Formats: sequence, structure tokens, C-alpha cells
Amino acid sequence: MNDLNADRHAPLPPRSVPPDGASPSRQPRWRRDFPIDWNEDDYVSRRDLIRFVVVTSGAFAIGQIWLVWKSLFGRRSAVWPEQPVAAVDDLPVGGAKTFSYPPGSTPRLLVRTGPVGFVAYDQQCTHLQCPVVPKVSEGKLHCPCHNGWFDLATGDPIAGPPQRRLPRVLLDVRGETVYATGVEDSTT
Amino acid sequence: MPVPEILEFFIDPSRCIGCQSCIQACSECDTHKGQSMIQLDYIDRERSTQTLPVVCMHCDSPTCAEVCPADAIKRTEDGVVQTARKPRCIACNNCVLACPFGVPKMNTRMNLMMKCDMCYDRTSVGLKPMCASVCPSQALAFGTRAEMAKLRPRSRPVNTFQFGRQTIRTKVNVMVPLEQVRETVDVTAAMFEPTIGHDVLDDVFRSEGDA
Repeated sequence: MNDLNADRHAPLPPRSVPPDGASPSRQPRWRRDFPIDWNEDDYVSRRDLIRFVVVTSGAFAIGQIWLVWKSLFGRRSAVWPEQPVAAVDDLPVGGAKTFSYPPGSTPRLLVRTGPVGFVAYDQQCTHLQCPVVPKVSEGKLHCPCHNGWFDLATGDPIAGPPQRRLPRVLLDVRGETVYATGVEDSTT
Repeated sequence: MPVPEILEFFIDPSRCIGCQSCIQACSECDTHKGQSMIQLDYIDRERSTQTLPVVCMHCDSPTCAEVCPADAIKRTEDGVVQTARKPRCIACNNCVLACPFGVPKMNTRMNLMMKCDMCYDRTSVGLKPMCASVCPSQALAFGTRAEMAKLRPRSRPVNTFQFGRQTIRTKVNVMVPLEQVRETVDVTAAMFEPTIGHDVLDDVFRSEGDA
């Protein structure tokens, strides 16, 4: 009698059993997407959502406050070393060369605009960091990625996506050598 | 906190006296105040006073959850099939129709299915469910298996049921006589029998005398 009824009581598994009794790996995809077991389901409670929204917007707000703080009270002027960049005779009028200033920086672009005129800017476009190309005859710098244009004399954006001017490298021509003496901020 | 594994629910229909205490106690539960999740079935009201309290059996393969199109019915790791998640339930009635034990109930006023969750707020902290705590004849009992064996020496718990080709194991046990041999009930064969307790004819053209 007991043998007949031996299977009439069985302990319950911790996970629910699919009607076909097959293993979870052999179940169709939708069954894994919509599990019956509480632990396998993803619940986002109202409290969790509000917590997430508060924390992320708080993080954004703190970031903005930090940026304002930094721009108001941050150290504005760094001490720039003086660095020889090129010899005057190396560069013909309308010629250009790239250099690093200070060493290890992003590439800077030195352009000779006239017999005595030299300008230097950061080579990275202020839109999406593409290298800009000098168009000395037009008095412009061109970024070919998104057709952005900068004024060669000042570095101001004049057309295309860029909104900020190119950071300008301050130069000093003494004798036969061009020296870089500093970099102007480009945030305004 | 899960329901302690050692504590189990035992239904002993032969002990039920039909006092409806369980229904009253169930509707006093704080989580669904005023609404009872227990149905008291009359087995054959014409000939017998025998009643049977129906609580959720908490299947290992809950058909109510299987048929839920809104993914609203979930089973916790301790084997308790929870009542429908309110934000998800769309009141489609699928679970009410599908449950082989006839447990889920639709609250049309609230557009929400509500079913027995073994008083999860109570059992998860080691208390008895409301119904088992009031049942005067302990037809609904909540305790350990050893206690049951001592209190009901002529019965034994059964938790495996056959529906067609599907075998369902349940968390809730039904007490059957010790010498009871295995019985298979063809559920579908009884589908067209008159509903329990109601003399309602499905065929409107058939008079009662023809039956």
C-alpha cells in the first residue's frame, strides 16, 4: 500500500516547474523573459524610481555647482614655460607646422601669416576635436569633419558647428626663433 | 522573509463543519480587508452537509501564473504563489478560469484578481494564517509535519494531483485516509455537470423535467 502511495507526497522545488517539466535551459525564450519566480523578475518600485531620479538629478546639480565654483574661484593663470618652437627661417610665409606645448600636450598649430606675423592655436577643433587645416590665403582655419571655419587672425569660430574659439598659443618672436610663452583659455 | 520550510498547511475536508469562521477570519486580514479569499464549497448540498474550504494550493507549476498575459502572478522562493501584482493585473479573468482548484477570485470593482497568498504577511513571520488560527475543528491546520502525524494518526498528507497528463505538486497538503489508494478523477468529464450548489441549466430550451 505504501509503495502505491509513495509518490503522493513530494517536497516542492524552490523554483517553479514549467508544465512540460523540462529543464529551464530548454524552455522557450519568452519563459525566461517572463519568469513566474519572483526572484527572477525585475521590479522597479515607485520608491526605486524616485530614488534613482533624485540621485541622478542631484548628481547633475552638484556637477553644475562644481563647474560654477571652479570657474569663479579656480586657479586661472598657470605658469607657462618658455619654449622655442621654430626658427623663423624654417617656415615660409603661409607655411605651417605642428608642435607640442608644453611637451606632451595635444598638437598645436603654428602658422606664418606674413613676413613677421606668426599665430599658433590648438589644432583640435572645438566642436569634436578633429585637426584643423590652415587656409592662409583665405585667412581662415578649416575643420573638414563638419565644415567648421575659424578666423586665422583671432581663432574665433566664423562658420559651421564650432561655438568656441580655438585656444590660442601666445608667441614671442625674438631674433631668429619663435618662442611659445603661454596658452589662452578658450572657454569664452 | 520566506515562510519557514518546516511549517506546512494541511487541509482536512472531513473535519470541516461548515461554520464559515475561516471566511470571516480571511476577510479580516489587513492586506485585503473586507474581502474573503476562501470559498466554502458544498460537496453535494442536496444529500449532505459536507463542506470543503478551498484555499490556494500553491502549485509548483502555477497554472494561474502560466496563463497570465500581464505577468502579474508571481511565485516566491518558499513556494507561495502571490496574489496578482496590482500595477500589472488587467482583470482578464484568465487565472480565474484556468486554476484547476478554482481559487483566484476577480474583484471587478477594483479590476484586480485577488487570491489566497497563505496570509504571507503572517506566515512569513512564523504566525498561522488567519483561517488556520480560527478553524475550530482544525480542518485548516498550519504546523509541522510531526505535529500532524501525532494529531491525525489515521490520515496522511497528500500533495500530488493529476490533471489530465499534468502532475501538479502543491505546497498545501490535503489529508486523506491512511489506507486510501490512489484515485484518479477525470476533471474534464465533470465539466458539464451542474455547478455545485446551483440548479442552473445551461440549455435554455431544455426544461427541468427532461434532465
